[in-house]
Amino acid sequence: MSENHDIAVIGGGIMGCAAALRLASGGMAPIVLDRGDLGQGASGVNAGTLSLQIKRVRLMPYALKGHEEWARMGDAVGFRRTGGYTLAFTEREAELLTERQTLKAEAGAPIEFVTNNQILTAEPNLTRRVLAASYCREDGYANSSLTGQYYRGRLREASVPYRERCAVTSITRDTQGFVLHTGGPAIKARRILLAAGAWLKPVAAMLGVDLPVDARINTVSVTERMPPLLTTVIGHATGLLTMKQKGNGTILIGGGWQGRGTPQEGRGEVTADSLIPNLSLAQFALPELGQARVLRSWTGFEANVPDFYPLAGELPGVPDAFVLGCVRGGYTIGPYIGRLMGEFILGHSPEMPVFDPGRDFEKDAT
Amino acid sequence: MLIDEQGQAGGQVWRAKDRSILSAPATPESRSGDNLRERLAASGVRQMTDTRVWQIERQGEHWVIHTLRNGAAGRLHSRAVILATGAREEAQPVRGWTTPGVIGLAGATALFKQSIRLPGRASVVAGAGPLVFFVASEIRRLGGTVAAVVTPNTRADWLARLPSMVARPDLLWRGGRWVADLMLAGVPIYWGHAVKSVSGDDQVTGVTLCRLAADGTPLPGDIGIAADSVCLGGGLAPSTEAAQLAGVAIRYRPELGGWVSEAELDGSTAREGLFLAGDGCGIRGAVAAELHGQIVARTALRHIGQASASDPALERAYRRASRFGEAMTVLSALRADPIGLATPDTIVCRCESLTRRTIEVEIESGAVSSNAVKSGQRAGMGPCGGKYCQSSVARLIALHENRALSEIAPPTPRPPIRPVPVSALAGDFDYDDLPMPKPAPL
Ligand SMILES: Cc1cc2nc3c(=O)[nH]c(=O)nc-3n(C[C@H](O)[C@H](O)[C@H](O)COP(=O)(O)OP(=O)(O)OC[C@H]3O[C@@H](n4cnc5c(N)ncnc54)[C@H](O)[C@@H]3O)c2cc1C
Ligand SMILES: Cc1cc2nc3c(=O)[nH]c(=O)nc-3n(C[C@H](O)[C@H](O)[C@H](O)COP(=O)(O)OP(=O)(O)OC[C@H]3O[C@@H](n4cnc5c(N)ncnc54)[C@H](O)[C@@H]3O)c2cc1C
Repeated sequence: MSENHDIAVIGGGIMGCAAALRLASGGMAPIVLDRGDLGQGASGVNAGTLSLQIKRVRLMPYALKGHEEWARMGDAVGFRRTGGYTLAFTEREAELLTERQTLKAEAGAPIEFVTNNQILTAEPNLTRRVLAASYCREDGYANSSLTGQYYRGRLREASVPYRERCAVTSITRDTQGFVLHTGGPAIKARRILLAAGAWLKPVAAMLGVDLPVDARINTVSVTERMPPLLTTVIGHATGLLTMKQKGNGTILIGGGWQGRGTPQEGRGEVTADSLIPNLSLAQFALPELGQARVLRSWTGFEANVPDFYPLAGELPGVPDAFVLGCVRGGYTIGPYIGRLMGEFILGHSPEMPVFDPGRDFEKDAT
Repeated sequence: MLIDEQGQAGGQVWRAKDRSILSAPATPESRSGDNLRERLAASGVRQMTDTRVWQIERQGEHWVIHTLRNGAAGRLHSRAVILATGAREEAQPVRGWTTPGVIGLAGATALFKQSIRLPGRASVVAGAGPLVFFVASEIRRLGGTVAAVVTPNTRADWLARLPSMVARPDLLWRGGRWVADLMLAGVPIYWGHAVKSVSGDDQVTGVTLCRLAADGTPLPGDIGIAADSVCLGGGLAPSTEAAQLAGVAIRYRPELGGWVSEAELDGSTAREGLFLAGDGCGIRGAVAAELHGQIVARTALRHIGQASASDPALERAYRRASRFGEAMTVLSALRADPIGLATPDTIVCRCESLTRRTIEVEIESGAVSSNAVKSGQRAGMGPCGGKYCQSSVARLIALHENRALSEIAPPTPRPPIRPVPVSALAGDFDYDDLPMPKPAPL
C-alpha cells in the first residue's frame, strides 16, 4: 500500500473523524492517525450533553447545525432529543440565568423561561427549591462512549484508512509535502490537519508553531441503574451541573468540575474535592439521587485557547497545514465544524465562517 | 491504622468465622487467623473494619485515603500507605456458568470459613492448582458430597512442580493429604479435564466435562455428571486497581497471575510513600503474603524515618515461600484456557449479559483494545467494574488480532474502587457552602 495521502489527519477524535469523512466525500484521500484508539480522548469520555442552553452565544449557529447532525446520526450514537431544563436555586443564579438565556434565545436557540409548576409537572422528582428555570425543546444527549465505534464504522464505509496506536512523534517536510514519523513506517501526505485535541500544542510545536492551547480537566460520573427519575437533560445556571438518565437507567453527572493532571502527563485523576461538590449539587437538584451508588468517575481533557473560541483554519506560517480544535461544547458542535473544516480544506467556501488560528487571542478574551 | 472492608481482619485465608458459628470446630486456617487477630488486638494497631477504601490521592507530602463506613464517607491522611488488597477470582465462562448453583472456587472457601455453608448437596469442584483439592476436601469435611473433582492439571504437571514444592514440605504434605483423602473416599478425580458446560435452568442439574489437549483445547468425548452445584475456578488475579489509581504501573506477568502492579521485593513502588504487599503484587499464596507483609512493613517504617533493619532470614523465608507460591500459580495457568471453552452464545460479561459472539463482532468491527470494547458494548461498565470479563475480552482480542496478551492492557481503572452511594459522598451540606467555581464564559 502506498504511504502517500492527500491529507493526514492527526487525532481521531470527533473533530478529526468528522473532517476526514467530509474530505473523503469531497474527493480527497485522507488517512486518520491516533496515538490511542479512535474516539477515546475527550470525544469518548465527555458527558454527551447536547444542550443549546450551555453553548456560547457566538457559537449558537454552529450548535444549532450540530444538533441537526446528531439527529441524523440517531440511534447509532444513542441520540435522544429529550428537551432540557436549566435550574437556578438562588437569586444570584436566577439573575445569571435570565441574563444568559435571554442572550442565547436572541442568538436563535428556542429557549423559554418556565414556571415552577411546569417543571414539577414535567420532572416531579426534582427538588422543590427551584427559584427560576429555562427550557429548551432542542436539548438532549448522545452516548459519547459510542464515538469510536460510530466513526470507525463510517470511516470503513468510506474506505478511509485509519491507524490506531500510531502516535505522531515528529513532522518533517519533503518536496511532496509532509513526512510524519510514528515509530512505525513514516507516513507521507501533501497536507495535514492537526486535530489532536488537548495535545494540539505539542503537535503544532513539531512544526515550530506555538499555539497557546491550555486544557481543562473535567469530571464525569455515572451511577448504577435506577428506576425512572428523569426524562430530560438537567443543567444549572452556572453550567456546573449536567445530568441525564440514560435509557438503561444509569444517571450521568457532569458539569466541568476540575480533576488533577495535565495532558502532557497523559493521566488525569478524579479528586474528591471536586467530585463531592459535583455530586452534592446533583443530589440537591434530584434528591432521590442520594440512593444511587456511583459506579465510576473519570476525567477527560478539554482544550481551549485564551479567548475560548475554536481553532479552525490554516496553521499560521505553514502552508498546507490546518488545525481544528479547542471548540467549547465540542462534542455538540464537532460533527458540524468538522464538516465545515473539510469544506474549507477542499477549497469550497464553507457555509459559515471558520475561526482563524492566527488571530490575536488576547483581544477577545473573556 | 489497619483498614479492611471485612468485619474482622484476616483476609481470604484467615477469614474470621461469623459470630453465629463460633462454636464450629477450628481448622488450621481459623487457628492461625485467630492467633493473628489476637496479636493484632494486643499490638495497639488501630483497626477500621467494615470500611471500604474508594479512592487514594496524593496531596502534597501525604496520601489521602478516602473511606466509606456505615454509609458515610471519610478521609485519612498518611505519610505512608501499604496496599495489601489481595486477589480476585476470575470467571471461567462456559455455557451455563451463570446458572444459580455455580459459585467461584475461591469464593467457596469464603462460604466455608465465614458461615460453614455448603454450595449444595452434591457438588462438582473444578479448577486448577491446589485450591480445587482444598475445596473438595472441605466440602467432605463439612458433610457434603463431592460428585467429582475436575482439574485441567495432570498428575505429571504436579510431579514437575515437586522440586519447587519441596521448599515448603509442610504445605506439600497438607496438599498431598487432601488428594489422598479424596481418593480414599472414592471421589472421582478427572485429571486433565475441564467443565465444558453447566446444565439446569433455575438450578444446576449437572455438568458436562471434556478432556483437554496439552494446549488446553477441548478434545471430543463428553462425560456427563449429575450435581446440584458447581464450584468453578477461573484462577486468581492480583487486585491492582487501588495501586493503579494511586499511579503504580502494571505489567503482564502470567507466572504471577496476569497483570501485576510494579513493585520491588521490599514493597516500594515508583510512588513515594506507597508500598505494596501480598497477592496484590503477584499471586504467591498466603504463606508468602504473610512474610511479605513483614518485609514491607520494615520498608514503610524506614520511609517514615524509623530505624528498621532489613532481615535477611525473613527475606530468605519469603523467597522460599514465593517459589512454592509461584509454582502453584504457574500450575493454575497450565492448560487452563479462560476463553477456549466459551461457545459463541456463552455469556462473557455477566453484568451486561454480553455473549462471546457479541464481543467478537465488536472486535471484528475494529474495537481492538479493552477500552474500545468497553466503550462500544459496555463490557466492564456494570457494577463489577470489569473484574469478571476483562481477561476474557483481552483473550478474545489477542486471538482475533494475533497479538500477545501482554499487549492488551485491561481497561483504564476508574474510581470509586468500590461503588459508593451519592448520599454518602454528599453528606449533610448547606447549598450556600458548596464551593462553586466561577461559571464558564458566556
Ligand atoms: C469530561 C468532558 C466532558 C465534556 N462534556 C461535553 C458535553 O457534555 N457536551 C459537549 O458538547 N462537549 C463536551 N465536552 C467537550 C468535547 O468533548 C470536546 O470539545 C471534543 O470531544 C473535542 O474533540 P477533539 O476531536 O478535538 O479531541 P479528542 O477527542 O481529545 O481527540 C484528540 C485525539 O488526538 C489524539 N492525539 C493526540 N496527540 C496525538 C499524536 N501526537 N499523534 C496521534 N494522535 C494524537 C488523541 O489520542 C485523541 O484521540 C466535554 C469534554 C470533556 C473532557
Ligand atoms: C475469594 C478468595 C478465596 C481464597 N481462598 C484461599 C484459600 O482458602 N487458601 C489459600 O491458600 N488461598 C486462598 N486464596 C488466595 C489468597 O488470597 C492469598 O494467597 C492470600 O490470602 C493473600 O493474602 P493477602 O493479604 O495478600 O490478601 P487477602 O487475604 O485477600 O487480604 C486482602 C484484604 O484487603 C481487603 N481489601 C481489598 N480491597 C479493599 C478496599 N478497597 N477497601 C478495604 N479493604 C480492602 C480485603 O477485604 C481483604 O481482607 C483465596 C483468594 C480469593 C480471592
